[in-house]
Amino acid sequence: MHPDRLWRSAEPRKSYEVVIVGAGGHGLATAYYLAKNHGITDVAVLERGWLAGGNMARNTTIIRSNYLWDESAGIYEHALKLWEGLEEDLGYPLLFSQRGVLNLAHSLQDVRDGVRRVEANRVNGVDAEWLDPAGVKEVCPIVEVSPEVRYPVLGATYQPRAGIAKHDNVAWALATAASALGVDFIEHCEVTGIEVSGGRAVAVDTVRGRIAANRIALSAAGHTSVVAATAGIDLPLQTHPLQALVSELLEPVHPTVVMSNAVHVYVSQAHKGELVMGAGIDAANSYRRRGAFHIIERQMAAALELFPVFARAHVLRTWGGIVDVSPDASPVIGLSPVENLYLNCGWGTGGFKATPGVGWCYAHTIAHDEPHPLVAPFTLDRFTTGALVDEHGAAAVAH
Amino acid sequence: MSRHPELGNIDRSRTLRFVFDGREYHGHPGDTLASALLANGVRRVGTSTLLGRPRGIFSAGAEEPNAVVQIEEPFPEPMVLATTTELYDGLVARSLSGRGRLADRPDPCRYDAVHAHCDVLVVGAGPAGAAAARAAESTGARVIIADSGPPAADRTRAYSAPDPHGLGTGPQTRVLARTTVVGYYDDNYLVAVERRTAHLGLDAPPDLARERVWRIRAKRVVLATGAHERPIAFAGNDLPGVMLAGSARTYLHRYGVLPGHRAVVFTTNDSAYATALDLAAAGLTIAAIADSRPEPAQDWADRARAAGIEVLAGQLVTEARGDGEVASVLVGTRELPADLLLVSGGWNPVVHLFSQSGGTLRYDERLGALVPGESPQAVEVVGAAGGDLGHGSGEPLWFVPAGDYSRHFVDLQRDVTVADVWRATGAGLTSVEHVKRYTTAGTAHDQGKTSGALTSALVAHATGVAPGGAGVTTFRAPYLPVSFAALAGRDRGALHDPVRITALHDWHAARGALFENVGQWRRPWYYPRAGEDMAAAVLRECRAAREHVAAMDASTLGKIDVIGPDAAEFLDRLYTNLMSSLAVGSIRYGVMCRPDGMVFDDGTAIRLAEDHYLITTTTGNAAAVLDWMEEWLQTEWPDLRVTCTSVTEQWATVALVGPGSRAVLGDLAPGLAVDRAGFPFMTWRETEVAGIPARVCRISFSGELAYEINVSSWYGLSLWEAVMSRDVTPYGTETMHVLRAEKGYPIVGQDTDGTTTPQDLGMEWIVSKKKPDFLGKRSFTRRDTARPDRRRLVGLLPRDPEALLPEGAALLAGDRMAGHVTSSYPSAALGRTFALALVSGTHTTLTTRSGVAADVTSSVLYDPGNTRRDGAETETAAPPAGGFEAPVRRSPLAGFEAEFDGLRLAEAPFLTQVNVRTGTPLTPPGTAVTDGETTTVWLGPDEWLTVGPGAARGVDVSAQRTAIRITGPRARDLLAHGCALDLHPDVFPPGRCAQTLLARTQIILIAESDGFLVLVRASFAAYLGAWLLDAATEF
Amino acid sequence: MLLIPCPWCGARDEVEFHYGGQAHVAYPEDPSALSDEQWGRYLFFRENPEGDFAERWSHSAGCRRWFNVVRDTRSNRIKHVYLPGEPRPVTP
Repeated sequence: MHPDRLWRSAEPRKSYEVVIVGAGGHGLATAYYLAKNHGITDVAVLERGWLAGGNMARNTTIIRSNYLWDESAGIYEHALKLWEGLEEDLGYPLLFSQRGVLNLAHSLQDVRDGVRRVEANRVNGVDAEWLDPAGVKEVCPIVEVSPEVRYPVLGATYQPRAGIAKHDNVAWALATAASALGVDFIEHCEVTGIEVSGGRAVAVDTVRGRIAANRIALSAAGHTSVVAATAGIDLPLQTHPLQALVSELLEPVHPTVVMSNAVHVYVSQAHKGELVMGAGIDAANSYRRRGAFHIIERQMAAALELFPVFARAHVLRTWGGIVDVSPDASPVIGLSPVENLYLNCGWGTGGFKATPGVGWCYAHTIAHDEPHPLVAPFTLDRFTTGALVDEHGAAAVAH
Repeated sequence: MSRHPELGNIDRSRTLRFVFDGREYHGHPGDTLASALLANGVRRVGTSTLLGRPRGIFSAGAEEPNAVVQIEEPFPEPMVLATTTELYDGLVARSLSGRGRLADRPDPCRYDAVHAHCDVLVVGAGPAGAAAARAAESTGARVIIADSGPPAADRTRAYSAPDPHGLGTGPQTRVLARTTVVGYYDDNYLVAVERRTAHLGLDAPPDLARERVWRIRAKRVVLATGAHERPIAFAGNDLPGVMLAGSARTYLHRYGVLPGHRAVVFTTNDSAYATALDLAAAGLTIAAIADSRPEPAQDWADRARAAGIEVLAGQLVTEARGDGEVASVLVGTRELPADLLLVSGGWNPVVHLFSQSGGTLRYDERLGALVPGESPQAVEVVGAAGGDLGHGSGEPLWFVPAGDYSRHFVDLQRDVTVADVWRATGAGLTSVEHVKRYTTAGTAHDQGKTSGALTSALVAHATGVAPGGAGVTTFRAPYLPVSFAALAGRDRGALHDPVRITALHDWHAARGALFENVGQWRRPWYYPRAGEDMAAAVLRECRAAREHVAAMDASTLGKIDVIGPDAAEFLDRLYTNLMSSLAVGSIRYGVMCRPDGMVFDDGTAIRLAEDHYLITTTTGNAAAVLDWMEEWLQTEWPDLRVTCTSVTEQWATVALVGPGSRAVLGDLAPGLAVDRAGFPFMTWRETEVAGIPARVCRISFSGELAYEINVSSWYGLSLWEAVMSRDVTPYGTETMHVLRAEKGYPIVGQDTDGTTTPQDLGMEWIVSKKKPDFLGKRSFTRRDTARPDRRRLVGLLPRDPEALLPEGAALLAGDRMAGHVTSSYPSAALGRTFALALVSGTHTTLTTRSGVAADVTSSVLYDPGNTRRDGAETETAAPPAGGFEAPVRRSPLAGFEAEFDGLRLAEAPFLTQVNVRTGTPLTPPGTAVTDGETTTVWLGPDEWLTVGPGAARGVDVSAQRTAIRITGPRARDLLAHGCALDLHPDVFPPGRCAQTLLARTQIILIAESDGFLVLVRASFAAYLGAWLLDAATEF
Repeated sequence: MLLIPCPWCGARDEVEFHYGGQAHVAYPEDPSALSDEQWGRYLFFRENPEGDFAERWSHSAGCRRWFNVVRDTRSNRIKHVYLPGEPRPVTP
């Protein structure tokens, strides 16, 4: 056997105990924890393209748990704690680097929102600090904190335990570990339909034939609406392109992660030295993995306001992913209206950081046919009761 | 030195000095940094990232994987291709090990962007592109030709390609030299980057944009992007001295450089023979041509042999040997001494842009390469880019078989070898995407231009699929790296985002106000006097408002004119409370919710007539509220006869607050009955204030006796100066916030957060029980929205009256979080600190995390009986009437006038403008018709604007916008910097008009006989004026 | 940068427009008659097809008129443009 042997690519069998639709980070982590925590190894993870080739391969790898609402802090902090032990658990280098995340405030209301979030985080046991501009400069010396700029930095929230990891390594480590526990990974196996019989999901139709399953778990990100529709389930999701880009390799200049929601920039410098930046989301629904150019131009203008020294850096590559956005910017996880069919979607731009946490809780939900307590608030029912977990409403209301 | 005495397109009469890795060298105009280095015998231009191996110049173009250098002078720039960098005097560069360095200071250069439109965009001015361009020109089409190279005039003796002279002779042709098309987007939108001054080095004029982004909308695109030569993987193929064969020919002909003395050629196809023959003719020794084909093309082989070159048919180079550079080449078992090894593994059409267009690619077995298939867009591919390589090709050869593949390099920049690829496929990876990510092949600066096809072929080989069967990774924009600064363009510093200002802005700035950004607006925050800090200034301002009289510039509040027979019904549906019952002459506060029941905005509605309201919105939400109204009107309730017009900038608004306000108003408005009975709370009056026609509203956001005085914004400053002449204290947004918080009035966005209902704010009274429906009503009865333990707005009094709770602070009941502080201030009126908070549950005391305890109270802490809002029962004597200056009107861009070469800019102030809504067309769509002094401008299917004194019935918006007249032959060129419309005279002739964007602001654009009239909203005028002057710098 | 054909102003760059999501979602005749679930569906559930999508745009930087288009969300190609109140054109 090859010393570097990764996961095993399998041929689909006729039936499985659990079929997971989507071999992104969430699907992989779910398979891993199903096998590891619950002893369920008769699992197939089906992927329409190449393993972890969707948003898992396209995100900007930011990991943090400094969310406002208790429900969000619960799941993201659970994930962050798992991240802190994941390298050891999986025995694979994930380049997990807890270099901290700054969320910048540019208006007095941003400051109030930031302080509010820090305070809520502290109550929830999430590490968080409020920094004034001088404190921001200390953490990231290249941030422009002059009061003279168009939207000055008035402060920032700082989560020291936050950071980045190498997304590909995370995917491969999870796949390899799950594969070793007996999980099948089947690439180029697009699910074209879910067979429902007597109100129960019983099988998936794929481009490689029908696969029966006792339990079917969706983890298909931007394509969830399309897959769920084949089981007659409507979801409150909209699919949008989200873009990111990298620069060439540069000597270290940027020691942390900086996010600025107000101007739609998030940036870190990856291990090899490239600047990795995320942009804003395209306004219109689209399944085209390609965003509009003006968003990149706008993002660069904003980035240079924050980081004037980036002027002569070069954009090497831009790309897009498609994200499924829910009305309250929080996920939908748990049981579905169809028996034996489980939902995990609506992560929008936040999916990567939640990877191990989701996998852990989703596996529990599938294994017990009952939501894990940490994902219980994220039901579909909240759109009927109004009990939203509104992460963008709480941060982005006009003054 | 290895410069050919004659060949090359360089100016030998001039010498350029440059420094590389600390040593000074000389070159000539026409050189690239790479050609000059080669001419100086510099072979090592980099050190590999991982393995620290020496690397040399590998190519002569954009595909270069090795010669990626750091520019240090004139300004640090990381990772620049030596092969495309035009040499200039004073250039200082150094070699890198895969990683560049950013400057530690801001870039002083300017950057910009231009919109362009054409019938045909030709990408690449080589032979195929030139032919396509000429053909297009001959039909009279508008043509843009973009080519990465210097302009044809700089190429005194163009090499190989037919002389591009003669291009750009069409009357409607634009030739963009040094311009690389980097992205191909939907709807034939292409993005190109023009390098305009970098080649001038230290002589670059500082006022010229260094780089310019061209945003090109083309009806048709012709891609003539050529082909890149492919390397072959063999042992030691990364040594300096190994070079792509065609590149050596380029160095010889274009730069007169002999890249070595004694060469071996290793080829799979005919193309390298021409290189061998040319180099031999130029005096270079060709030791042998190793041709992988057992039967090379007879004619080429004969010509080579005739030139004395040995042709080794069916032979492979198995190793390049040498210590730090090529010293010998192993062909089979023969070791041939050589300092140059020229490699041709065939050619890959440059299909990047075609693929980006959405085009499919097809693997051509004959070429061993991907060629264009079908594209959904109007694009064609010509010449080598289309697979028409003009020479025979052989069996593709990707790598030379060996026992050890650890020195067969695939990606020279990332140090990825064939062994690395085997390791990846051996680990079970079968997708090129996985292999790319596992090995990092193709992720470097060149984005796989030389390594991508090879990686794919290796994966196909290892996984046993047909060549081409493994696919390739996606061709992503940009084709070549683009500087961040170029993409940011002119949207930097003060021009990054419009600063919206009111008519009184200059006064505030002159009085030392500090400003707060509210959305795009800049509002006075407070006005510190000498020695005052913020707290002291705000306490003083608050005291003035509560005890004497103070005034605030409230002009930023959104104002929307709502008129029509169904206006009342419309507002009843939008607001939670009744607006139809409001009497003409009266004013009512209202709240709008989204259908989900959450507070969206608040403000006042003034009933001007039975069918006519003026509503105000919060500063930040003005545009959103107008959009909201239009959305419901147009898409849900088209039967309602109502029109909405923004008049935010039409009016300057001064809030006059305090017990002394009545006296001041009475003094300034002698014709107005200001007494309690004559001018009751929540009514409005039309009068003259300080001699200016005004609408005065008796409303209060402070609980004090207060007025809002609205005048045409032309007269805003006159009004303000008259008010200030009465010993009135100016106050800013902070004081406004304190005063309203003392009264428990919430600020939408501060005391609400998108999850707050009117009931949560304790405002059940504003939610109508009478109306059958309004937006949001249905949501109030949902389980969670009706929950009794929702967070509600309360007041907080810290036990320690000096303790100021931080806004945002968590509030704990025991160790449970009960809510958070939304607003918190020291209060002059209360003589202590206080706060507002959203809190769940019933509590008497809450504490912060740091243990500060606060008592929970009503949110109304000041004058709960509303005894102050009507002022004193009996007036104190009016202050001595000092009269007031005769009002002076002022335009937003007073004095704005500038003249450039071929261009004149000037404000056309004080135009009478009326917004007219009618179902009877006044002018055809998209046209502006002038009759006498009045121009009628089409704005939409039922909307016109009359500009000029001619009478029209509608909403007066004269002061809402000002006008800038841009005249002269280059007016179009200036507008193209920020306007995406095609302004070509055939498309947008005089008499055309449009509402569109210019830079980052909305405008009404009218084409006139000698230029354009630009109507811009008054608050954006200063921004647009500054932007126009900035864009005109080059004119 | 899509080129969006405003029915009144002609084709303009995407940045001039405001997106309005799915078209033909009528405000309920009588919201009070709906169950919480039905009301929740009106508030939050919209179609999200991979393929033709009837959606609303407003030419916010131009004539401020709302209109509908049918766009293929796989290619972003706009197939039909029509006015509010008009039925969705039948796509072949």
